[in-house]
Amino acid sequence: MRVVIPGIAGLLARKVATRLLAGGHEVIGIDPRGWPGAPKQIELHQVDIRKRPAEEVFRKRRPQAVIHMATMAALLADTEERYRINLGGTRAVFEHCSNYGVEQMIFVGRHTYYGAGPDAPLYHTEAEPPQELGAYPELADLVAADLYAANALWRLPKLATAVLRVCYTLGPSGHGTLASFLRGRMVPMVMGFDPLFHFLHEDDAAEAIALALEKKLRGIYNVAGPQPLPLSVIAREAHRRPLPLPEPLLAMLLGRAGLPRLTRGALAHIKYPIVVDASSFRAATGFAYKFDELTTAQTFADAFPASGRATTLA
Amino acid sequence: MGADEIAARVERLELPFDARGLDNFGISKWHLRIAFRALEFLYRSYFGVRCDGLANVPPRGRAMLVGNHSGGVALDAAMVIASCFFDLEPPRLAQGMAEKFINRIPIASVWASRTGQLTGLPEHAQRLLEDDRLLLVFPEGARGTAKLWKDRWSLVDFGTGFMRLALRTKSPVVPFAFIGGGDAIPTVSNLYQVGKLLGVPYLPVTPWLLPLPRPVKLEVHYGAPLRFEGTGSEEDDVIQRHVEQVKASIAALIEKGRAARRGHLKEASAAQ
Repeated sequence: MRVVIPGIAGLLARKVATRLLAGGHEVIGIDPRGWPGAPKQIELHQVDIRKRPAEEVFRKRRPQAVIHMATMAALLADTEERYRINLGGTRAVFEHCSNYGVEQMIFVGRHTYYGAGPDAPLYHTEAEPPQELGAYPELADLVAADLYAANALWRLPKLATAVLRVCYTLGPSGHGTLASFLRGRMVPMVMGFDPLFHFLHEDDAAEAIALALEKKLRGIYNVAGPQPLPLSVIAREAHRRPLPLPEPLLAMLLGRAGLPRLTRGALAHIKYPIVVDASSFRAATGFAYKFDELTTAQTFADAFPASGRATTLA
Repeated sequence: MGADEIAARVERLELPFDARGLDNFGISKWHLRIAFRALEFLYRSYFGVRCDGLANVPPRGRAMLVGNHSGGVALDAAMVIASCFFDLEPPRLAQGMAEKFINRIPIASVWASRTGQLTGLPEHAQRLLEDDRLLLVFPEGARGTAKLWKDRWSLVDFGTGFMRLALRTKSPVVPFAFIGGGDAIPTVSNLYQVGKLLGVPYLPVTPWLLPLPRPVKLEVHYGAPLRFEGTGSEEDDVIQRHVEQVKASIAALIEKGRAARRGHLKEASAAQ
């Protein structure tokens, strides 16, 4: 199958591309960041997904499938830029899919879509709406992109769309929200709270995304691996030291003294759990994780000994 | 019972703990061991809780323990949980539906969730039953714990959600009566405004001001399981009839408990 991957320069996307190549697929990548050292078989286009040259890729190469991974989770860019990439980019990808006869589209979203709050249930199902958005406006663009992708299910009936809400990933690449949060020697926590974190190994995440393609998945699915663990346990398993601080003090110290930069809204994500029910995805694809939670944390700890500085959480 | 025996009973809980002693809801063996050591003192020594009809609680599989609130704080839930842990064979973890404000309070949030007392949400209740757990429900809700001492033998209106859940998940309802909570914490008034300031629904006031329990005898009477047929989507009046049946069972158990309590108190005073 000829597959286009917008956002291929991301570390998880690279793993997906490599896995698809191994599975005998033809992979075309679109990403302005480029991918130095990419496998020769991958056709790379160093262009912005929202610009004309990206549309040319669709027009000339006529892919059968797209795996959209060009969204930003971290608070690395200002709000306007994030909206441009997450919403504008997603819209452009769906328009190209519709205009150039793409048969299948996988939107790789995040489980943080559901939000974290004191009244939120454990094990969110796909039917639940996002919550606590008002408390964490920086997530709004990602939630909007997820909802926009989901409405393709009825808006573009000829396009088999799958929206994946993937939980945090962790592994030796150090890529992803949770990995960034755990990068430092000390892991800040809100004193008196220790939420469950749901995460899976990055290789398992790549396998799950590839499976969604190969099983021609259609619909909205949560993707998760082993059972969730409390944040303090993850920190210790990754050879870090949990640092519980009173919430007002933590809010003041964020981004300083080697602690990650967090917005006020993101604090809810280290107070309350976001845990998803991924049984529908397992039933639809037969997905089974290879790395348990302990091994996953260990592979991260081996690749990133506890000495660096943490960055962001989003 | 020593710490080792409590640890052994925690080991015997038939829950899917992983190698680190955590289950898929975040329940932790470590937290359970600590919590039950504290509960054992209250259950065995401080209150000397007397338990009757415990054989009515299924040893495994899904079930709902449904009972009355008695006492201004969650003493009733704690003692029911203790009875299922200390006196059932094999021990079971009864999982209550914690008031939503608890999850907002530092430390309480962690201890409630690590000991399996999840926030009272329909999603949690259904998931726990579908996972064949023992669910503890007080259909009187917060209005039940707010009962004053003079109303301690009464039952306030029951919610109906628990019955729809029982029907939907095909779970037996085990009624129970908790006796003596009103004497342990005799609430003479509830301060709702002060409670609001403290982030709780209300603050119960006792003759000695604080809601600290007296060491009075407490009793838990379990009744025979009630099974209801249906899907959970029945008309309100059908559900209400089932709820009234459960309420009547609990009221009968309370009366039985009161009579037994009078007998026990007489025996105790005669012995003195």
